[in-house]
Amino acid sequence: MDRLKVLRRVAAVAVLFVAAEGFASGSGAELQPANIDPGNISSLQRGARNFMNYCSGCHSAQYVRYNTIGKYLELSEEQLVDNLMFNAEKTFDTIQASMPADDAARWYGTAPPDLSLMARAKGSDYIYNFLKGFYLDPDSPTGVDNLVLEGTSMPHVLWELQGFQNAVFSEHTADGGTAHEFDGMEQVTTGMLDAEDYDEFVRDTVNFLAYIAEPIRSERRKLGVWVLMYLIVFLVIAAMLKKQIWKDVN
Amino acid sequence: MARIEAEVGKPQGGFMKWIDDRFPFTETMKYHATEYYASKNFNWWYIFGVLAFVVLAIQLVTGIFLTMNYKPAAAEAFASVEYIMRDVEWGWLIRYMHSTGASFFFIVVYLHMFRAMLYGSYKKPRELIWIIGMMIFFVLMAEGFAGYLLPWGQMSYWGAQVIISLFGAIPGIGEGLVEIIRGDYSISDITLNRFFALHVIVLPLALIGLVFVHIVALHEVGSNNPDGVELKEQKGADGVPLDGIAFHPYHTSKDLVGIIVFLMIFSSVVFFAPDMGGYFLEHANFEPANLTATPEHIAPVWYFTPFYAILRAVPDKLWGFILFVLAVLLPVFLPWLDRARVKSIRYRGWIYKSALAIFVVTFLVLGWLGTMPAEDIYVLAARIFSAIYFAFFLLMPYYTTIDKTKPVPDRVVYHG
Amino acid sequence: MNEDDVDRIDRNRRHFLTVATAVTGVVGVGFAAIPFLSSLKPSARAQALGAPVEVPIGSLQPGEMIRVLWRGRLVFVLRRSEEMLARLPESLADLRDPDSEVIEQQPDYTANETRSVNPEFLVVEGSCTHLGCAPLEDFEVRPAENWGGGFFCPCHGSKFDLAGRVYKGVPAPTNLRVPPHRFVRDDLILIGQDTGAA
Repeated sequence: MDRLKVLRRVAAVAVLFVAAEGFASGSGAELQPANIDPGNISSLQRGARNFMNYCSGCHSAQYVRYNTIGKYLELSEEQLVDNLMFNAEKTFDTIQASMPADDAARWYGTAPPDLSLMARAKGSDYIYNFLKGFYLDPDSPTGVDNLVLEGTSMPHVLWELQGFQNAVFSEHTADGGTAHEFDGMEQVTTGMLDAEDYDEFVRDTVNFLAYIAEPIRSERRKLGVWVLMYLIVFLVIAAMLKKQIWKDVN
Repeated sequence: MARIEAEVGKPQGGFMKWIDDRFPFTETMKYHATEYYASKNFNWWYIFGVLAFVVLAIQLVTGIFLTMNYKPAAAEAFASVEYIMRDVEWGWLIRYMHSTGASFFFIVVYLHMFRAMLYGSYKKPRELIWIIGMMIFFVLMAEGFAGYLLPWGQMSYWGAQVIISLFGAIPGIGEGLVEIIRGDYSISDITLNRFFALHVIVLPLALIGLVFVHIVALHEVGSNNPDGVELKEQKGADGVPLDGIAFHPYHTSKDLVGIIVFLMIFSSVVFFAPDMGGYFLEHANFEPANLTATPEHIAPVWYFTPFYAILRAVPDKLWGFILFVLAVLLPVFLPWLDRARVKSIRYRGWIYKSALAIFVVTFLVLGWLGTMPAEDIYVLAARIFSAIYFAFFLLMPYYTTIDKTKPVPDRVVYHG
Repeated sequence: MNEDDVDRIDRNRRHFLTVATAVTGVVGVGFAAIPFLSSLKPSARAQALGAPVEVPIGSLQPGEMIRVLWRGRLVFVLRRSEEMLARLPESLADLRDPDSEVIEQQPDYTANETRSVNPEFLVVEGSCTHLGCAPLEDFEVRPAENWGGGFFCPCHGSKFDLAGRVYKGVPAPTNLRVPPHRFVRDDLILIGQDTGAA
């Protein structure tokens, strides 16, 4: 049997899997990559803090328990209670929004969605670009619109950090119609963070969102290696047995 | 009778004899394993039947454990899946095995069907095996469809909406039929509840029953082989087919190797890419069903997309439905559409070889088109490839008759 | 090497490989069974719902009892009066396990004469050790019946004294179970947790 061919096939399949883990981006808009680092615990810790301070007022993460986060982020129970648990009493509680969903729906038109699974539903890159994509729009009730999600009812919660920006569009006439093309952002007011620090802030937050979307991710990958190692051993033994038994046939 | 009575309570000839006097255990093992002779020249295309069996077992076991924690109610279904993924110890693994198993069931079954087309396994005397197999495929489609509603995500809901609405195309009874399927005026808690019943009781029972009959029928006539030679026509003095080797231990030891390789691929998906880039677990299904907003990009799960592409290619609701049903049903008639005198691709002429190659490409392209948005260029392509799909089957009686076949040897070709 | 040797070696080798494959397979199935069996254990939600419960006892009068649920299990909290406590030693001879020797039935810190942390407060599970029915309280003293007050199970007639100790001659085999608990303050009991207790 042509071993090289088999090996090559196996390699090809392996490459396919690595590619398949990514988020097949289907939407038209070009998204900047979020470049999150799921293994970076301190990034996740900062992300958790950002989430609790800036997101959990309005957004729940109702499937996520504080103690799950605490364990993964290597926080002591005390650290967990003091730094992250503003809306909860017990460490095994799930993350609920401070604001009742009904009120939120009345104020914003739609209830702020639960964020437990947002990173799996939309992708990390999407959220990264969304949080960076607010620009001033005097026609909008919140005063801002978003590059990624046009007409969003979410206000620019992070304006203190990022400042406000204008989106610069240029008009092109092509095929008889006019098309708007996004040329870039233009800073209007400055925030507490400069552009680079703000990117880092958003990246940490997105990293945390990606983590809570599938808290088991790193464990399943670790376990998968063991399972495959076992199967390789089993394969070798079974193949030897097959060869031995088939001596009768040949 | 008298003999059995004399032995009650004191087994003579050991435990197995005691059993065998009361249940044909040894006889069954012989008939289906140690003295079931299948060709020694099986290639790896012959692994997919066993693999389908393995996947069925995985689905049954993981399915049972999922039902212990899943709640078939619109208000709770989505949350109960997340409960399984996060709160139940190891629930994530069981769920990923089940969702991955669903896709692999279709991969394996499609390849199993393709094997039959390669080597003419549906031809006389195996027509009934093929028809039962097609019935298994239909039940499997229903099973996959019912199961896909259960997580109650956006894709679950809107995918079911689209497919159930299809039945509304049937003139006269359509609307009534749709209401009976849903049990409500829209897809609701009631629909979810009955789909759950179908998914965990009715369809699995049907599946197990059909698989049993499929194997009984197979063991009655014997397995085909890559040469399409009837083994039973060349028997030795002992009555054993000359080219046949016992299923156990020869094929079992070989199948085990195949099963392990399969498990390696399966585990790679479960542990490293359970979403499979949004094909095995669709991104939109991570959002709970929202009855007021359809996801912008709606497509059924990948294993339905070839047929879905055919449905969409037709600009008429009724005809779309008819062609969709035809596309699914047509393979049933393969044993009679195929007029070639030989079974195996090895002894067929260039016409069938080309037709089969084109068919495979067509099926894959249709599958891809089914996942793409219904825009002009894709619709046009879907129409062309749908035409090819139907031509493959409908013109088969003609092109298999004129195709020049090669002589089939008396014995299978086997190089040790 | 002649034919026979080759044969013998092959047979040994085949036997060895068959066993090796079987063992590896069984080990694999064994490991694969772990997730499935583990999934049957109480989940994170069950653990969260089964968290310790706080029971305020400030307003509980001597002789009064309240019922609370911990992990969905009935727990009696009885504030025993002086008189009740005084009666406890009276029936020792009629009890099956007067000294709380069956260790699973109470935490160490309640394996004492009153089966309690604070003698005034009895905390026991309201689940008969026979078959799990909820016993009824019957604190009325009836010397004629030799009854000094306690608990009576309506299902099969088991009887327990005011420390939840089982009487002889009834179906229940052991004393009522004392759940882990501790006094957070003088007027607050936490049931289900005993770290730093007693």
